[in-house]
Order: sequence, then C-alpha cells, then structure tokens
Amino acid sequence: MNTLNTTVTGEVQMPEENAVPVQEGRPAETVIEEGKTVGRPFADDAKFKLRNVEVFYGQERAIKNISLDVARNEVIAFIGPSGCGKSTFLRCLNRMNDSIDICRVKGSLRLDDQDIYDPKRDVVELRARVGMVFQKPNPFPKSIYDNVAYGPRIHGLANRKADLDEIVENSLRKAGLWNEAKDRLDATATGMSGGQQQRLCIARAIAVSPEVVLMDEPCSALDPIATAKVEELIAELSESYTIVIVTHSMQQAARVSHRTAYFHLGHLVEVNETNKVFTSPEHELTESYITGRFG
Amino acid sequence: MQAANLLLLTLVLAMAAYGLGYARSRSLAMPLGGIRHLKSLPFYYGARAALWCALPALVVLALWAAFQGKVIQLLVIGSLPPEMIPADEGRASLLLSKISNVASGALPPDFVEAPIVEAAERLQALRARSRMLMTGLVVSVAVLAGFLGWLRIRPRINAREQVESILKWLFFACASLAILTTLGIIFSVAFETFRFFEKVPFVEFFFGTSWSPQTALRADQVAAEGAFGMIPLFTGTLLISAIAMLVAVPVGLLSAIYLSEYANRQVRSVVKPLLEMLAGIPTVVYGFFAALTVAPFISNLAASLGIEASSQSALAAGGVMGIMIIPLVSSLSDDVINAVPQAMRDGSLALGATQSETMKKVIFPAALPGIMGGILLAVSRAIGETMIVVMAAGLAANLTANPLETVTTVTVQIVTLLTGDQEFDSAKTLAAFALGAMLFLATLLLNVIALKIVRKYREQYD
Repeated sequence: MNTLNTTVTGEVQMPEENAVPVQEGRPAETVIEEGKTVGRPFADDAKFKLRNVEVFYGQERAIKNISLDVARNEVIAFIGPSGCGKSTFLRCLNRMNDSIDICRVKGSLRLDDQDIYDPKRDVVELRARVGMVFQKPNPFPKSIYDNVAYGPRIHGLANRKADLDEIVENSLRKAGLWNEAKDRLDATATGMSGGQQQRLCIARAIAVSPEVVLMDEPCSALDPIATAKVEELIAELSESYTIVIVTHSMQQAARVSHRTAYFHLGHLVEVNETNKVFTSPEHELTESYITGRFG
Repeated sequence: MQAANLLLLTLVLAMAAYGLGYARSRSLAMPLGGIRHLKSLPFYYGARAALWCALPALVVLALWAAFQGKVIQLLVIGSLPPEMIPADEGRASLLLSKISNVASGALPPDFVEAPIVEAAERLQALRARSRMLMTGLVVSVAVLAGFLGWLRIRPRINAREQVESILKWLFFACASLAILTTLGIIFSVAFETFRFFEKVPFVEFFFGTSWSPQTALRADQVAAEGAFGMIPLFTGTLLISAIAMLVAVPVGLLSAIYLSEYANRQVRSVVKPLLEMLAGIPTVVYGFFAALTVAPFISNLAASLGIEASSQSALAAGGVMGIMIIPLVSSLSDDVINAVPQAMRDGSLALGATQSETMKKVIFPAALPGIMGGILLAVSRAIGETMIVVMAAGLAANLTANPLETVTTVTVQIVTLLTGDQEFDSAKTLAAFALGAMLFLATLLLNVIALKIVRKYREQYD
C-alpha cells in the first residue's frame, strides 16, 4: 500500500510553504494513510467482504482504497462529513451506481463470497438480496398495498392472492405500519405522512425478504417522533437482517448501530464498536468529527 | 408626412426624451449627493419622459389614421352638387372609388363628368391638408407632453412606480389583443353559422349522411338540390385521425421511452434533434410525399394482393399525417417521462426490478396523465390538418370505414368551399362557417380535456 499524499488539517487545508506554527492542544495536520483503517474493519463472519474498493466519477476518485467487512446480522453505521463518499460507497453494495454513466468501481466486492461486480452477475437477484431505503421517502404513486406488493410481484414470490396478502401484512407489521395502514390499504401512498411513507418504503424493501437492507440517511427528512419510530424499527430488524446505515446524526449512529465506520474525504479512517468510537476514538480525525470540531 | 414615417419620428422623439430625462434626473441628483438620493433610478425618469412623449402622440396618430378616410369621404360627398349625391351606400362607394381613381391618375379626367374631377381635386387637397395637420398635431403633442414629462422630473417623485404601472397596462393590452382576436373570430363564425342554419335545417346538417354542397347559383340553372349532411365529413376526419394516431402514438411513445430511459447521451444528442426535425418539414411537403409516393405505393400493394384500392386513400393521408405528428407525441411524452422523479426509478430498481419493469409498472403509470394530455393535443392537430388530406385523400365525401377508399375531411371541404370566386350568402359558402364552428368546438373540447389532464398531472409531484 502506498503511503500518502493527502494532507488534512483540522479545519482548513494549508499550503505547506506558509504553514503557521501549530497551535497547542489541537492537531493542525493529520496525515491519512491511504488504505489504512484504524480499529477493527474486518469481521470473522463476513456478509460483505470489500477489499481495495475505489470509485471514480469520471476522473475524480471518490472512494480511495477502502477495505471493510460487514458482518452477518450486524448494524453498521457510516458517518462522516458531507461529500466524504459514504453514500457512494453504500450504493456500490447493490450496484445502484450502475445507473450513473460516469461512475466506475474497482476492487473486490463480495457478498457471501460471490463477486458483486461480476459482469455475468444478475443485478436483479443481487438487489432482491440487498434491499435499499433512500434518504427521501419515495413511495410509488400507487396504493399502499401495491407499493408493498410491488417487489413480491416482480419476483414472483406469491402464487395466490392470499399469499400476497400475507406477505403484505407481514411486511407492514414488521415495519410497524400495519395498525395505521390496515384500514386503508387501497388509499394512495403519497397521501401518508413523511414518517409513514418512510416506514412504507422499509416495508416495501423487506417484502422481498432481502438479506441486507441498505439505508441512506433514512431519517434525514423526518421529524424526531417519526425518526424514533424508524430507529426502533431498525433495532427490531437487526435481529433478522444485516443493516448498513448512512447517517448524519451521530446520536442515531450511537443508538442503532453495533459498529461505526468513519469516512473522511473518500478514505475509511476508523471502524470500531460503536461505543468505542464515541467514547475513545483511536484516530484524531474521528475525535475531531464526533466532538463537533468540523463536519 | 406619411403615418409610418410619423410613427418613426415619434419613436425618435421618445428616445430623445429618454436621453434628456435621464440626463436631467442625474444632474438633479448630483447636488443632492448622487443618484441614491433619487426616489427611482435615472433609467425610470428617462423611461417616464419617453412614455409621456410617445403615448399621447401615438394615441392621436392612431385616432387620426383611423378616422381621416371616413371624414374626408364625407366632406367630398357633401361637396358634390345635390343632383349627384348618391342615394345608397353601394352607389356611394362606386362613386368614391371613381373619384379616388381620378385623383390617383388611374382614370384620365376626360372620361368623367366635371363635378367628379372637381371632387377629385378636392379629395387630393383634403388629403394633403390632413397629412399636414396630422404631422403638426402629432409632433406638437409629442414635444409638449415630452417637455412636460421632462419638466416634472423631481427627486421626490417615484417614477419607477408610474413606469411599472404603465408597462403593466401595455402588457395587458397585448394580452387582450390576442383574446379579442379570438373572440372576433368566434363571433364572426357563430354569426355566419346562424345564417347557415336559416337556410339549411339543423337536423339535415347534423344527421344527414350525404354531402354535396353544389347548389344552383341562379334560379334558372340546372343543378342538384345540394345536400349538407356533415356525417361523412366527420367520419372521414375521424378515420384519418385514427389512422394517424395509430401510427404516431406507438412510434412516438416508444421512441420517447427509448430516448429518455435507454439511449445513452451520445445517441440521444443525435436522435432527438433528428426526430424533431420531422416537425420542421412543411405540411405541403408531407402532402406531396403522401400523394406521389405513399398513395400509389398503397394502391399498387393492394392491387397485388387482389384488394381494390383507390389511388388516393385515407390510409396514405393518415399514415403520412401520423409520421408528421410523431415528433409532437415523442417530445411531449419525453418531457413528461423525464419529469418523473429519479427517486421513483431508484426505488423500483433497488427492489430488483429490471429497467423495462420499472418503465412499465412505475414510470409509465406515473407519466400516463401527461402522456394522455400530449396525445389529445396531437389528436387536435390531426383533426385540424388539411394539406396532406387535400393532396392524398381526395375530395369525395364517402361514408365509409374502409381506409383504402377515398374520403374527405371537414378541413378539406372548408378549403374547397371557400377557394375561388364565391358569393357570400349562399348556403354553400355559409356551410364552411358551420363546419368551421363544429371543428372549432371539437378541437376546443379536446384541448380543454388535454389541459385538464396535464394540470392534474402537474399537481401530483409537487
């Protein structure tokens, strides 16, 4: 692994020649070593094995040599300042980056030891196994029932109407939406509140029985009460699914995740048990970020 | 001076007023400590002076130009010896045209009576005087009002508000011009339609199945009675429009789907302008393409299959019209499909749907109202299209559903009824207005429905 050239200061990047004397008690310059992540990036029982991942948008390198394992049935949170590449990295896991023309992904990304980016790989099957929930609730302008039944229908998961009804009910129950929605399954989904819509999107994602659920800032468009409900839901879902969640809220990361990964300018700086990251971070940049010195 | 030159002169004066007003407001502002002590920017003082200068002068000019002809005519006629004063309007206009022909030199004075030559001289003198008066009046109004406007520039006056409100009225006038024109057309069509229904009974027009508008011009002429049943025309219109839509909707829609969802950027940047170029081809070119290439091809093809087909057919006209409408359908649908938020696509793709499943189950249903609106606009375009049908579908008003036969449409019949020398009070000519009114109602209805649907669609994603 090559040593590195990226120089990062706490707040501003300064040209070397007019460097000012370092202020006491504050790390003025922190060198990130490319490809080196402090803490525990690897796991024994890995669902995702990601090695030396690089993502390019045209000429620009958005993800710089990241290696990480996501363990089976864990909740891992990606945190970091805006533009650090955490969403980009998340979208590699179910190949949602494919629809962006200029995006290229390098490195080895394996789900249950199968290559995700194998050209022969069936993306449909991959996405059925790796579901996704987006930042803004995006229910289809259809009925609540049809939204949840969408995935099972296209994957042929139900032979009879009764089976489909059961899948819809189970998914809505798991998403904690059944009691609110059971009397208006035929009502259009866009008429629900933002929080309900987001839980519907979660129900829609788990209706195809994925193994992994990716969540890209799932609560950033929600009020605190709806956020609390979604967080509760994540905790329940973690019993049966592997969950990768990108979040801007450190409290949220602390509340819902087992491990936390800190991204910085396309590097994966630190990965550790969540309480360790928030109580005794090993890397200075992580510490600066969680104590609110920047971000 | 001629009215057109006078118009130019007024504009020049207005520009001068603008410059002077601008300069005066600045020079007034300087002792106060700069233009920030003015209530409005110098531009607005200048513009106000220019408007003061131009508007009254233009009103005077317009009024003068509108009424001078009538007034001069009255004066000329009034000056004729009593025995020559015409008895009715027809004779008066004959006499007047004689007088003005003499005045312009088109008719030698030797050919007419002395009082007319005198009247012609008087006409010329009056016209010259009128021009002079008009020039003097307009210029003095412009200068006077402009001077007043210039004089009334004070730092405390809010010129901006006045300019803005005058501009608002100007915009309103422009907008109402379009509306007034439409209203005028509607009223004239409605009026003539009523006259038509005085001659031809309602029931015959709406429910008659035969159309042959040739009637006798004079009482002693041997001619058919004339039949004014609009049914064959409307079925012809519907047949051709239906064929056109059968071509345009699938091709346009599928190409829009391809362009918006599947094509990469390079393909899109080449194909889209090419497709839209179809819209730039004049309809008359489509018309002779249909008449000289497509129609014979269809009739030969049908003959080789042992089917009887006429050399001009609804199929040829409708098919070519469909090709003409493709870009309309495709670019409207393309816009609507692109307006469906990316989040919808992502949501569907993330559930493991393929691109075509996403298109079929999420994007198309979401875009459907907008696409319907676009298709209805295309239908009203097809109904109103004339040139292709005139050239390729023929003129015979057959009541048929066979696309290989000659049919005719409402628009084509309007063209044939009104071209050439016509008398404007026969049922034949008035029938054109009745047909026009029906066509107008039909396309209006379609447009209203289309707009309603499009508007409903707009509300969905806000």
